[in-house]
Amino acid sequence: MSDATASEPSAESEQESADPASRSRWWSVSASRVVLYGALLAIMGVFLVPIETGLVTSVKTNPTGVSETLPYLPPPPEYFTLEKWEQAFDRLARGMVNSALYSIPATVLSAFAGSLTAYGITQARWKERYKALLLALFVAGIFIPYQAVLVPLSRFWSTYAPLEDWLAVLWVIGIDNDYAGLVELSVTHIAYGIPICTVLFRSYYKNMSIEMVESARLDGASLRRVYRRIILPLSTPMFAVVLIYQFTQIWNDLLFALILVSSESSEAAPVTLILAGLGQSLEGADFPLRMAGAFIAALPTLAVYVMFGEEFAEGVAS
Amino acid sequence: MPGPFRRRGQGPDRGEGESDSPSEDGADGDATDPGSARTDGGTVQRKRESSGGRLSGALDDRFGDDFVESLPFWLPAFLLMGLFVYGAIIWNFVISLTDYEGFRDVSYSSLDFEMYTRAFNDSGFLDAAQNTVVLLLAFTVLTLGVGLGLAILVDRNIRFENTFRTIYLLPMSLSFVVTAQFWLWLFNFEDGLLNQAVVLVGLDRVNWIGDPQVVLWAVILALMWQFSGYAMVVYLAGLRAIPQEHYEAAKVDGASTLKMYWRVIIPQLKGATISAAVVLMVFALKAFDFLFSLVSGYRPPNGADILATKMVREVYSGTPRWAYGSAIAMILFAMALSIIGPYLIYQYRRGNL
Repeated sequence: MSDATASEPSAESEQESADPASRSRWWSVSASRVVLYGALLAIMGVFLVPIETGLVTSVKTNPTGVSETLPYLPPPPEYFTLEKWEQAFDRLARGMVNSALYSIPATVLSAFAGSLTAYGITQARWKERYKALLLALFVAGIFIPYQAVLVPLSRFWSTYAPLEDWLAVLWVIGIDNDYAGLVELSVTHIAYGIPICTVLFRSYYKNMSIEMVESARLDGASLRRVYRRIILPLSTPMFAVVLIYQFTQIWNDLLFALILVSSESSEAAPVTLILAGLGQSLEGADFPLRMAGAFIAALPTLAVYVMFGEEFAEGVAS
Repeated sequence: MPGPFRRRGQGPDRGEGESDSPSEDGADGDATDPGSARTDGGTVQRKRESSGGRLSGALDDRFGDDFVESLPFWLPAFLLMGLFVYGAIIWNFVISLTDYEGFRDVSYSSLDFEMYTRAFNDSGFLDAAQNTVVLLLAFTVLTLGVGLGLAILVDRNIRFENTFRTIYLLPMSLSFVVTAQFWLWLFNFEDGLLNQAVVLVGLDRVNWIGDPQVVLWAVILALMWQFSGYAMVVYLAGLRAIPQEHYEAAKVDGASTLKMYWRVIIPQLKGATISAAVVLMVFALKAFDFLFSLVSGYRPPNGADILATKMVREVYSGTPRWAYGSAIAMILFAMALSIIGPYLIYQYRRGNL
């Protein structure tokens, strides 16, 4: 295999093909390219198949349509139905609203807190030794398994911060008191989101040119003024990355929802909690309903991913 | 936008590798920096004296020029995080020493390690611990391997690189709850795609979820599908940080492609491997969401119980065994710490902290 040419821009190898002397070389190059693209496409198939079988299954009738057709083929007209999508939507609509109610504020607030924190421990001048210690605590905070904090978390919210009592006025005006769980979820997600947001912003601020900040500081600008006038406007690209990453993480979470809201039948159940119990019955699993539900629950994160794939990749890569 | 995927030296943005330059390492205490001396004499100093007084001056002397002024920026978030992360872990440890159970109030009067001895005599715990280690190691190694392969394929100057990369990374944007639904259907014994393929090549159907010998590997397969795109992205950034000359030098020496990658390129990906491995292991420790959704309940299929699921089951299903759950959580935390600790030290030595 002639890799020397393979890694050069393909435009160049096409030019070479005009020269008859190098034609045989061009053939071997394009053969290896064909193999390469074939492999890439095959892998792409592997990545898409689970999603594709889910999609075609979601519009099949249950149980005949599911058992009579191949799992990866769309159903023939007699087995086609959108009923499962309607059912799934009816079941999940409440959860979608609930998830949005805590995901969006928690995303915005944790991103903003991360930006402020990263600024305070990056651009402000104090000793690197202490900054490193602080940063180590933040980095370790990203990686702790949440099981290690679950028991204190449930104790804390039930005994020491009983939001259900504190917010009693809301329940009087007719809001279901399970919604206290969503406030708990927001605060919890902000607290556990701060480490990753801080570390993402910190790597961005560290690589930023500091000349402007230094001259502003020399002119006597306070840290707060430098943040508002210089750092915040320059942070927009990183805010996109962090907001997308955080939104995906918070929307997708099940564990905290399960612990803090606990029941899928609750008025305030987030979408992941409802989806986890969808399509289970004594007669067996209703796969079309489950698949339709999975797509509906994934819709917001999929939309964000399709629109901001590049930012998402940057968020996970750093 | 300057993504992590541009090859080094291709534009004004010099890629990820450059950021590790040791410019900040030595500057312990910014007093060595010519800028700070001037800052001290200026307006800032005067303003601080008027508002802060002697204490803030002393704190600034101890920690650095801007320490007191920077407090409002990071302290609130740090306290919130510290309370929920480190405060909770310490509290969790104390609870694990009690014998707190059921619906009465917790009593801290007698503290001992009884729950830990109970764990090591509980065959369910030992199985879960073994499964956790298998899941952790197999998933991480396999995913890194697949991710590296993908990154090398994608890094060959292909067209539509963005499209390929986007699709390989797509599963990672999905919730564990969502991917569990997809895989439950793929694993279905009668009609699932995997068994259809197995039958097609003339083998017997596999009971992917029901067979305790198989189910853990089925879970690993599903998690690999979800996260190899992530490993690819990290390796791709690592590959792009390797100067083009290293490839060319290897070629001039007449090394084969395989040899070039093995001898020259892969050794330079050590940093990418370490950070990807740490993140993947942590994801594997968090596989709770996937296993819960697979069965819509607290009891994972036989043979796939891990510490994360066992801990939650002990506490939140049936009579709550708070103390026992906390003890299992502490052991899980110790496992995570044995991964994160060395990682932090490694990052500190490289000057990344």
